[in-house]
Amino acid sequence: MSLLSVENLRVTFPTDHGPADVVRGLSFTLGRERLGIVGESGSGKSMTGRAIMGLVPAPGKVTADQLMFNGKDLRGLSEDERRDLRGTAMSMVLQDPKFSLNPVIRIGEQIEEAMAVHGTLGRRERRERALEALTAVRIKDPERVARLFPHEVSGGMGQRVMIAMMVVLEPALMIADEPTSALDVSVRGQVLDILADLVSRRGMGLILISHDLNMVARWCDRILVMYRGEIVEEIASGALMDAQHPYTRGLVASLPTIDETRDRLPVLDRGKL
Amino acid sequence: MTRVLPAAQFLLTLAVTFLGLLAITFVIGRVVPIDPVVAVVGDRASIETYNATKEAMGLDDPLVVQFARYVGQVAQGELGTSVSTGRPVAEDLARVFPATFEMATLGIIIGVALGVPMGVFAAARQGRMADQIIRVIGLAGYAIPAFWLGLIGLVIFYAHLRWVGGPGRIDFFLDGMVPTHTGLLLVDSLIDGNLEAFRSALSHIILPATILGFFALAYIARMTRSFMLEQLGQEFITTARVKGVPERLILWRHAFRPIRVQLITVIGLSYAGLLEGSVMIETVFSWPGIGNYLTTALLNADMNAVLGATLVIGAVFVGINKGSDALYRLLDPRARA
Repeated sequence: MSLLSVENLRVTFPTDHGPADVVRGLSFTLGRERLGIVGESGSGKSMTGRAIMGLVPAPGKVTADQLMFNGKDLRGLSEDERRDLRGTAMSMVLQDPKFSLNPVIRIGEQIEEAMAVHGTLGRRERRERALEALTAVRIKDPERVARLFPHEVSGGMGQRVMIAMMVVLEPALMIADEPTSALDVSVRGQVLDILADLVSRRGMGLILISHDLNMVARWCDRILVMYRGEIVEEIASGALMDAQHPYTRGLVASLPTIDETRDRLPVLDRGKL
Repeated sequence: MTRVLPAAQFLLTLAVTFLGLLAITFVIGRVVPIDPVVAVVGDRASIETYNATKEAMGLDDPLVVQFARYVGQVAQGELGTSVSTGRPVAEDLARVFPATFEMATLGIIIGVALGVPMGVFAAARQGRMADQIIRVIGLAGYAIPAFWLGLIGLVIFYAHLRWVGGPGRIDFFLDGMVPTHTGLLLVDSLIDGNLEAFRSALSHIILPATILGFFALAYIARMTRSFMLEQLGQEFITTARVKGVPERLILWRHAFRPIRVQLITVIGLSYAGLLEGSVMIETVFSWPGIGNYLTTALLNADMNAVLGATLVIGAVFVGINKGSDALYRLLDPRARA
């Protein structure tokens, strides 16, 4: 049985000119694997992640023919039932730790909060689990880091804290929405390593949302290419060069390589799409 | 060391600020077209008498010397004698300031206790019915003049319903029956165990304090709402939702905690405004506070009283500012560095 199966997912926002679909009829399934979603800004990839989490902001509407998670139909759940799933069964790593961590709450407390609101563990156990989670993201001195405020750690460490916070209750599904694009290039690989390692060790399913084709090709088993709210192509990560759709081929063609001698990078010709 | 140095810095800036404040009141005292000598000798005195008095008052000395003397006097609590009351200004202020302080404090408590939750609630229901109602209440707080609300309040709650006491701080047959400990009638009557006086003082203060509280509330609720909306749009709110944090905690823990610092500034400003003495409210309610005192002093060209009152108001402003700065550091980890 697949972990997540989505059929004909739509996210619609009302506008002055009538409803606008930002995600139009997405269908895919996810097992305990690493799935990449790539696409340009505004292609609907982030909104797909939020729709699965049940966090599409108000006036947005989510509809689907099927939205099954771990054998549960997400469509029929109440707001409280969706909230119970968040943090425990599915969670999401956001883009920039500078903004995604609460500035006035200590790191340790923020990690423990996920456990506290779901009310399964005692205080001492929560603390232990939080320190374990920090150790799992390769933070050497977890006791000290737990007492720090977010502005006292670097971006790379902030993102590791974020990952620790999201894996602490061992969810089955992890969505990572541009988890490295706010980080220095030098720590991106390290953060992704940690994330991928945790995901495979704990048998989670991962959806990696990114606009970085190379990165997704390297870290994921499969790639969905999104354009204007639709999946235009699904490819195995090794087969990127054999992509068929003109949009994907355009994207691949405009990737710079280190030994290239081209004067100009080709630009996508949107007229042909 | 790390604790001593900021404290010393704090005291130094406090001293410099007060010196600046004194310089301002001193200059005001010199530039106003009121001749302090004439105020003493009268306008029919001979020129010899005038000059002799002027010299005796030290007004012939260089300004620097006069300023130094002024600072020395103020440091000893010597603010001169009021022409209109015939008593030392310091004594007058010790009597009128507690009246204003009592009303303003009750007012700000009402304003904060209602205004903050209203602002949070309005932000949580942005654009919906509750938000609109709170907006209208806030708008009324800006638009309605204080004296009108005071008069209407007296007509309804005092004259018709008889729920509250009328003008003044206490029923007249109890006036002067409570010995002064703090100058705050509510506190003094309790210290004295005089429940009748306490009830009377409460029934007198509750209406003007509520009206002041309403004006504070309008400002505080509006600012709280906009601070909350700003926080609710932040990415860490999404993080909290991803963790499955319930909305109630998202409001009070995640969005409210970061705005406490900003709110302290707003509440401090609002409190300082009330402590200046609302001239309108104090006049309508015959409240013997600093606003009333200052108005009377101004109308009588009573410069010592005006400067003394100005100094107290300035000191209150500085004190509240410094106090909220200190709280700032306590509540915001980012400001502690």
